[in-house]
Amino acid sequence: MKLKKNIATSENGFIFNPATGDSFSSNPIAAEILQMMKDGKSSSQIKAELLDKYHVEELQLERDWDDWMSQLKDANLLEQ
Amino acid sequence: MDKHTKKPLVIAVTGLNAIDSPGPGVAVIRALREGLDRELRIIGFSYESLEPGIYMHDIVDKTYQIPYPSAGIKALFERLNYIHAEEGMEIIIPNFDAELYNFIRLSDRLAEIGIRTFLPNIEQLEARDKINLLKFGKKHKFHVPEDKVINKAEELNKLAEDFGYPLVVKGKYYEAIIAYTIEQAHKAFYKLSAKWGHPIIVQQFINGTEINIAALGDGEGNAISIIPMRKLYITDKGKAWAGITLEDQELIDLANHFVKATKWKGGFELEIMKDAKGHLYIMEVNPRFPAWIYLTAGAGQNQPATLVKMALGEKVAPFTKYEVGKIFIRYSWDHITDVKEFQHLSAYGEL
Amino acid sequence: MITQKLIYERPFIKKMNAGLMNKFGTRTEFQALKYIDGVSVKSLLAEYGSPVFVLSEKQIRRNYQNAVRSFKTRYPKVQFAWSYKTNYINAVCNVFHQEGSWAEVVSGFEYRKALGNGVPGNKIIFNGPDKHPEDILLAIKNDSLLHIDHFDELYSLIELCDTQDKKPRVAIRVNMDTGVYPIWDRFGFNYENGQAWNAITKIIGSGKLKLVGLHCHIGTYMLATSAYAIAASKLCELATNCKNQLHTPIQYLDLGGGFPSTNTLRGAYLPGVDTVPSVDDFAEAITSTILAHGFKQDELPLLILESGRVLIDDAGYLLGTVLANKRLSDGRRATIMDFGVNILFTAFWYEHKISPAQDFTHHSEDMVLYGPLCMNIDVVRESVNLPLLNRGDNVVVHKVGAYNMTQWMQFISMRPNVVMIDEKGNPHLIRKAETLGYLEMQEETPTHLKSINL
Ligand SMILES: Cc1ncc(COP(=O)(O)O)c(C=O)c1O
Repeated sequence: MKLKKNIATSENGFIFNPATGDSFSSNPIAAEILQMMKDGKSSSQIKAELLDKYHVEELQLERDWDDWMSQLKDANLLEQ
Repeated sequence: MDKHTKKPLVIAVTGLNAIDSPGPGVAVIRALREGLDRELRIIGFSYESLEPGIYMHDIVDKTYQIPYPSAGIKALFERLNYIHAEEGMEIIIPNFDAELYNFIRLSDRLAEIGIRTFLPNIEQLEARDKINLLKFGKKHKFHVPEDKVINKAEELNKLAEDFGYPLVVKGKYYEAIIAYTIEQAHKAFYKLSAKWGHPIIVQQFINGTEINIAALGDGEGNAISIIPMRKLYITDKGKAWAGITLEDQELIDLANHFVKATKWKGGFELEIMKDAKGHLYIMEVNPRFPAWIYLTAGAGQNQPATLVKMALGEKVAPFTKYEVGKIFIRYSWDHITDVKEFQHLSAYGEL
Repeated sequence: MITQKLIYERPFIKKMNAGLMNKFGTRTEFQALKYIDGVSVKSLLAEYGSPVFVLSEKQIRRNYQNAVRSFKTRYPKVQFAWSYKTNYINAVCNVFHQEGSWAEVVSGFEYRKALGNGVPGNKIIFNGPDKHPEDILLAIKNDSLLHIDHFDELYSLIELCDTQDKKPRVAIRVNMDTGVYPIWDRFGFNYENGQAWNAITKIIGSGKLKLVGLHCHIGTYMLATSAYAIAASKLCELATNCKNQLHTPIQYLDLGGGFPSTNTLRGAYLPGVDTVPSVDDFAEAITSTILAHGFKQDELPLLILESGRVLIDDAGYLLGTVLANKRLSDGRRATIMDFGVNILFTAFWYEHKISPAQDFTHHSEDMVLYGPLCMNIDVVRESVNLPLLNRGDNVVVHKVGAYNMTQWMQFISMRPNVVMIDEKGNPHLIRKAETLGYLEMQEETPTHLKSINL
């Protein structure tokens, strides 16, 4: 589950997929996760950091993580 | 006032979608920039992120997205207040049919915060609506196509006798089918009622030459400018590709009569059909400037600039002449911008 | 050691495209509604469960008083009659009756409900095509106003009178072309084709009934004030003919209900709050028509109105809870609520405004709102832009006071509690949630089906 290499992200949370021409906006936590993914962190690493930083139950995060992955997949942002 | 005053005149304009079925905004702005003898700051109002005018920075100084008309008056007013605090707008010129209702309803409150508009009132807006046009025409003795609102397919037989073929069978909201036989009319009736529900509007078909008139009323019964135009060539969507100004006193008289009868305030367009006997039928009344409005500037009666002068309270005498035989030819132009601009507008709603 | 963690929101990206996205559009829906008449939404949910209907007594009274004022400042003789079918919970009816409203009913049970609430018989209007003989006899005994719907009813009423020593007070319901389609011509007697006049002459000719009024109810959620002007003028015309040709002056004209609430119709382009005419506009159209008709001052008929939805829709709220979030196969987000079309029947024709009941961040998403029923038609909103909602979050549906608490279905789940907040801000339970016991109270199981053995 890796982000495609050429995905461009900006500080403001904009995402641009040069392969398809699509642009996306994201909420701050999504931008943060994207940055961590770009830095090559694994999903368990990222989840641990989020649990540490945010007020969220592990179960909730786990569920949202699945949804997050499906959003990235729908958006064509993941490595096949 | 004059061009030596420091502060530019701030005018907001909608309809920046200069695409294949264009909105009038960009044409209005060009006319304003040419016709007003003072510095302007043009604020664009956009609904969608790819309206070309947004990215044409020598046409539009700054664009703000505004809520769709369906979001209601309150949402629009809140957004306008925000923009007003940033820009100090003096005039707003709305250019879409669908947004007029909201802007008209807001015009008093806009005036209270110092923003002027020059618009018809709600009664005028509604009188010229498709479903009221026949009544309106009868009242003021205009030729308009006969129509009848029906709920039962059996009524078609009688209408075919009254109107003759072909019949125009129209859905409640959208779509029209031209029927040449009773079978076709029945089929159209069932198709459109299944799709849009009842009632169905059946209209007399008028055959003839299509002519458009752009005009400007002062709200007291005087037409300040009238420019008739015939389309020379149309796109497959029926939009003008090229058109030419005409000289025809009957057309001018018709528009004058219209303004006198309605006391229309602001710009509007009459879509006219001239039949074989020379009768001028009003097919539709658009309650705002048409997309080809720049031709009025080209022909010597700059309607958008004149509207601004009137909105500012200037008394303007009616124009008396214009150049006949002026042609507009619409062309497309690939404007280059960067994805950053698109993203910025999409995310922040301004550019 | 306690570390302060940041508030969590689920991660979320949104495609930027040319058309669909416009978060500047629907901002107005984005205000948390945390209090209703000063009572916290969360406390109502905690005490009465979820979902729960909440009615504001203050708003009902305000609506009623405003409507009465709109008419009374324009016309000297006005009477409202509360249309029971709109909401016939007794507490609601009695708010209207305390304010001075009569009752308008369309069935035997509604009629008895009105009597039970203490409405004097002569202040009950009995409408509708389905009045049973025993209901009619009761209504005659109580001197109620019988509004005749069709010829069969008229003939059987004349027959019933043979057994009575009282002359019932009656009116006819008239249907007509008011320029609004479809015409509701299945109710009452048609004006244009002479049926109405025919019925009037039969009533007077019979010598057994006392024709006191003329009634119409031209439709519901009517947007054209002009339709009421036309209706009023046609009733006036009939009334004048009754007096001049049949020497029977008409005491009242009943213009029915039909004024719209400010809900937005499904598929409407502009929101209801901006487009529907006000009660003032309707009052102006109706009263100016009657006043201009040429009645003598002392012969001006009483004007009766049977308004329903406009008086109560915006006084009602439905509070509910998010059960789950889903992503549909096309990527759209779906949120499942604990209420559906079973109790929010009006979701079939309104795009109800929905507010979150708690604070949220400024990110929002387009979503479908589903109810909990196991059926595809259970859609609360086809497409609504709302802040990101999590399981357990609460929402408030606005303007649900009319017709939901009478047309609701007991299907899959039970009907919930209904609470009314009084003018001092105290909530009262006015209808208890249904229970299994309540549901089975009416059932009879034959002996041979009483036991099973699995
Ligand atoms: C006879 C009659 N009167 C009054 C009403 C109340 O109508 P509304 O809620 O549209 O005001 C109805 C509703 O159907 C009705 O049938």
